[in-house]
Amino acid sequence: MQGPDVLWYLIVAAILFSIGTAGVLLRRSPLIVLLSLEIMLNAANLALISFARLHGDHDGQIFALAVMAVAASEVVVGLGLIVAIARRRLDLDVDRLRVLRG
Amino acid sequence: MGDFLVWVIWFLAAGGCLASGIAVITFTNPFYSALALIGNLGSLAVLFLLASAEFLAAAQVLVYAGAVMVMFLFVIAYLGDRSEGVRLSGGPSWVRIGAVVAATALLVEVVVVIGMAAGDRLSDPADIQRSFGSPEEIGRLFLTDHLLAFEITSIVLLIAAVGGVVLGSRSRAEDELEEAEAARAGA
Repeated sequence: MQGPDVLWYLIVAAILFSIGTAGVLLRRSPLIVLLSLEIMLNAANLALISFARLHGDHDGQIFALAVMAVAASEVVVGLGLIVAIARRRLDLDVDRLRVLRG
Repeated sequence: MGDFLVWVIWFLAAGGCLASGIAVITFTNPFYSALALIGNLGSLAVLFLLASAEFLAAAQVLVYAGAVMVMFLFVIAYLGDRSEGVRLSGGPSWVRIGAVVAATALLVEVVVVIGMAAGDRLSDPADIQRSFGSPEEIGRLFLTDHLLAFEITSIVLLIAAVGGVVLGSRSRAEDELEEAEAARAGA
């Protein structure tokens, strides 16, 4: 394998996943939370692909493609929710959307 | 020489990926965040290519940087200034500190576990053929070994499309809201 070892890819994936986690936990705009979720899913994809490369097996890549499809679905539903929230003139702030809180 | 070039490209891609990831969560304007995420996905596609996932790199650029991000930008444009001005982060400061600590703890845990469990086994990747990760190989696997996953993916996408239409269409509550506003404006 030319270039860096799989370990380097995994460390980048871990850092990227933590960045995404920090975004989800810190930011209050549902749009940015969705974007951070995308970062987390992509970090997982990077780990899957580097393990696929390590074992010389395609299964990790197949799984990464399935993750991509799930991410696309998640974005469709998430953006639909955001548009619906905006249409009802509610605040676009995940802390103020607390109707369902017990 | 070729190996050195691969290292340089790898570091550029990894650095761009992490920098644009941090940019996504620090920009206050969601439009800039979405643009930074496109950079992030592009650099990730380069990393995918270096890990011999050619088809996935192409799919990443087409599906994510193309379709998904265009949808994001459309929604941000639709929301207009409503999408801006949301507080950067909410809650008292200990919530913010806790969030950063939680994310850092996650990072440390993952790195330690990788180091402990894998160790030096990560340094000798399997020998692969030139066709590894090509559309041909992926397509063959999707239609043979992973047919069920392929079909389930199509159903998931169909359900998501229906859900998007349902969520995006007008509801009776909104009609009543608009009627009430129109009545108030008339009176």
